[in-house]
Amino acid sequence: MNTPTPITLHINTEALPVNAALHDTLLTVLREQLNLTAAKRGCNQGVCGACTVNIDGRPMRACLSLAQHCEGSQVKTLEGLDGTPRLRALQKAFAEGGAFQCGFCSPGMLVAAEALLAEQPAPDAAAVRAALSGNLCRCTGYMKIVDAVLAAAAALRLERA
Amino acid sequence: MTQHLPTDAVGADIPPLDSDEKLSGRAQYIADLSRPGMLHGAILQSPHAHALIKGYDLTAALALPGVRAIVTGDDLDDAHRMGAFIKDEPALAKGKVRYSGEIVAVVAADTEAIARRAVRLIRVDYEVLQAVLTPAEALAPGAPLVHDASERYIKVFDAGTQGNLCSRTSFHEGDIAAAWAQCDVIVEDEYQTQAQAHLSLEPCGALAEPDAAGRVTLWSANQSVFRVQANVCESLGLPMTRLRCLTPRIGAGFGNKMEAHVQPALVKLALKARRPVKLILSREEDFETVRARHPVTVRMRTGARADGTLLARETELLLDGGAYGDDSPGVLGYALLMNCGPYNIPNVHAHGRVAYTHRLRFGAFRGFGVPQVTFASEQQIDQIASKLGRDPIDLRRQNMKRDGDVWLGGQAIHSNGLAECLDVVQRESGWAAARATPAAAGDKRRGYGVAVSAHISGLLASGAIVRMLEDGSVLLNTGAVDIGQGSNTALTQICAQSLQLPVDRVAIASPDTDGSPYNWGTTASRVTYVTGRSVVAASDEVTKQLKRHAGEMLECSEDDLELRPGGLVAIKGVPDKCVSFAAISGRAHWAAGGPIIGSHSWVFDQKTVDPKRAVALGLPFQQIGIFSFSAMVVEVEVDTLTGKVSVPRAWSACDVGRAINPQMASGQIEGAFVQGMGFALTEEMVWDGARLANPSLMDYKIPTFAELPATLKSYLVESTEPTGPFGAKSVGEIGINAVAAAIANGVADAVGLRMNQLPMSGERVLTAWLAREGAA
Repeated sequence: MNTPTPITLHINTEALPVNAALHDTLLTVLREQLNLTAAKRGCNQGVCGACTVNIDGRPMRACLSLAQHCEGSQVKTLEGLDGTPRLRALQKAFAEGGAFQCGFCSPGMLVAAEALLAEQPAPDAAAVRAALSGNLCRCTGYMKIVDAVLAAAAALRLERA
Repeated sequence: MTQHLPTDAVGADIPPLDSDEKLSGRAQYIADLSRPGMLHGAILQSPHAHALIKGYDLTAALALPGVRAIVTGDDLDDAHRMGAFIKDEPALAKGKVRYSGEIVAVVAADTEAIARRAVRLIRVDYEVLQAVLTPAEALAPGAPLVHDASERYIKVFDAGTQGNLCSRTSFHEGDIAAAWAQCDVIVEDEYQTQAQAHLSLEPCGALAEPDAAGRVTLWSANQSVFRVQANVCESLGLPMTRLRCLTPRIGAGFGNKMEAHVQPALVKLALKARRPVKLILSREEDFETVRARHPVTVRMRTGARADGTLLARETELLLDGGAYGDDSPGVLGYALLMNCGPYNIPNVHAHGRVAYTHRLRFGAFRGFGVPQVTFASEQQIDQIASKLGRDPIDLRRQNMKRDGDVWLGGQAIHSNGLAECLDVVQRESGWAAARATPAAAGDKRRGYGVAVSAHISGLLASGAIVRMLEDGSVLLNTGAVDIGQGSNTALTQICAQSLQLPVDRVAIASPDTDGSPYNWGTTASRVTYVTGRSVVAASDEVTKQLKRHAGEMLECSEDDLELRPGGLVAIKGVPDKCVSFAAISGRAHWAAGGPIIGSHSWVFDQKTVDPKRAVALGLPFQQIGIFSFSAMVVEVEVDTLTGKVSVPRAWSACDVGRAINPQMASGQIEGAFVQGMGFALTEEMVWDGARLANPSLMDYKIPTFAELPATLKSYLVESTEPTGPFGAKSVGEIGINAVAAAIANGVADAVGLRMNQLPMSGERVLTAWLAREGAA
């Protein structure tokens, strides 16, 4: 019931023991037990996307994912993606392209963008907008985020060529 | 012309200094902070809009294991209240609740879950009273009072407070009564704007830690560590020496984090618990307890001669202030000062009132009243153009402020890029051809709208301390909070440019009320301009000291010395005769003169109203700022089957004086435009009786990637403000002011409907369309 149960979560490169009650979300466990605070709590109801993490290859809301249901899944947070080529290209493009301001939405935005580029190395602007449409940003007006994701995709294609 | 050097920092698109930490997830916002032994806080909110608090029963809550302390109004004394203009607000409800959702108690417990459970066990004995929920109800004779004796509160200006009248302000210029008779065309209407939520993605929160001596360190989501300090100390009756305020990274502020939110109640709680306590509001609590943009009723009348010359403007504003004064008097005064927009109108009567109501307080929000008044003003300019058969841009150009003109009230304008802003958006949008194309007769009608606006950069006090470290690098300390807009980067660029140093040789200190010079706040579009001036002056003071040392070291006159890029002081015209900042600073630290510290502080001091020109009553500010300008064109599409309005293309130009960092400046313009689209089209806080009905992102719709224009172009016009740092003005707000008005003018062009109420939702537009079609 409400009593925390020991479970093991596969997060980034590690298998981590945590205690999670049935109602504990992945976001709560990441932030409060594992000190993985890149994923943010913006609304806690799955609308803003600031808590987006990658679960089994797909961008998911950590605030709507029950921790116990994530047993057996591979969870990647922004911390775990840091240093990978796709994220590096995105970070560079976001920094150089003015694609963040306060940065509170950026972890979720980057996780969602990374998942898009993993699946679709050459998206057009419409595909970027569609893939990120579940991530809210109140600062930038979004245009520079679209441009940065396109720039990162182009840079990655150049690297591979 | 300044010489362009490889080390030129001003004007360069330097990536924000916090790029790495924010893009790797390592940036620490308030919710990410933790202290040893820290407790977690939760709030209890009032279910009533207006009720007497007869007593509290805390027995069950205190009995819950893990609960460490509870603070209610009983822990406060009667004497201490806070408020930017009127000291009317306690740290949390005391004796009475004044809006549904108001904080009634705060609990500290071992975990947030326990704190939230304890909150539900608190019993409050209320005697429910009749509430006033609109300004009209509040100002009616015999209405229940929001504050029993509002007249007796301490005020910082002549507010005219009486009963539920929170404040009143008026401006008179020229002879309005005589002017109407000279007008050949007059338009008059009433407009209604809505409550808009700031919706910074980070909800408000704070962490307070008392030390053994009872001094408190407070981190919080804020736009000014100094306003946090003032509000907490005023409302709790604490000497300011007892409180140190710091800032983590801020998940954006649009006015919501300038004045207090949970900080005062939390400090009281931490002092009572004698432990660090962190309290982070949920999204719903943030909606219900912080603040929002004022709903405003605008009555406006504008008159012009047949030749298009604007002659007269009367504006009457009625603002819902909510339960506490907060920034309302300032918003009213500023909206009135800006009511004519950037036009010469010789005869003006602008007056308005703020009413206390039993609703959430309304306060500062990007634009500070100007988006509301511009929504009315710029539609009336279009209507006059239409009546006179004039092109809307031509009519604007005929009447706009030009070099040598003064603002309403008489203040001089030093730099004005409005004409260029209009030229740019007219040209880039293909205005002439676009307007000439008749709107198609299909279900989807397209139109073009234009609007212009002005804003100020300015207000109040700032300072800067520039310290040269032993190795010749520099520490800049201003106390200005970077709320995500990038002021740390811009101020660093200004300092680096002043000292001809590469940006990476300048570090910027985090604001700290113990160590930073006073800074009123990151608000009023003031950091680049007001704080930037202090950074230049403090840097110049460092330069003077560097030259004094170098003169002694090189045995020459200080007048023969100049700075060279990269941290050198050299004899003019003798390239190899130079000393490095490191050598000078080493000498200063260890041998002669003492460490080099440049400092500067000032308060914006240009008078807003010349009493010989205008009569102002209840002016909440005497010296407001210098002026910046904006023009924008939007292409609007109206779906006549659903009423949905979209903006396929937009062109927004802002006069920024000089862009310190062009990319960050354009980011402000784009962000402001999209936030303005939300204000124009979808965002509306809705109350069901006294209760906010949509305090969630499910039910409150801000723009997403899906609503973005296909094209959104921003243009920076550089008019070079002579008083600004390197010619710069600030750019935080100007880009939002005209958005709703431009879209409304586009809707009128597309379908011939004048929308006087915001937001222009599909439902409202469709209703207006069907009413017109039905009547036709």
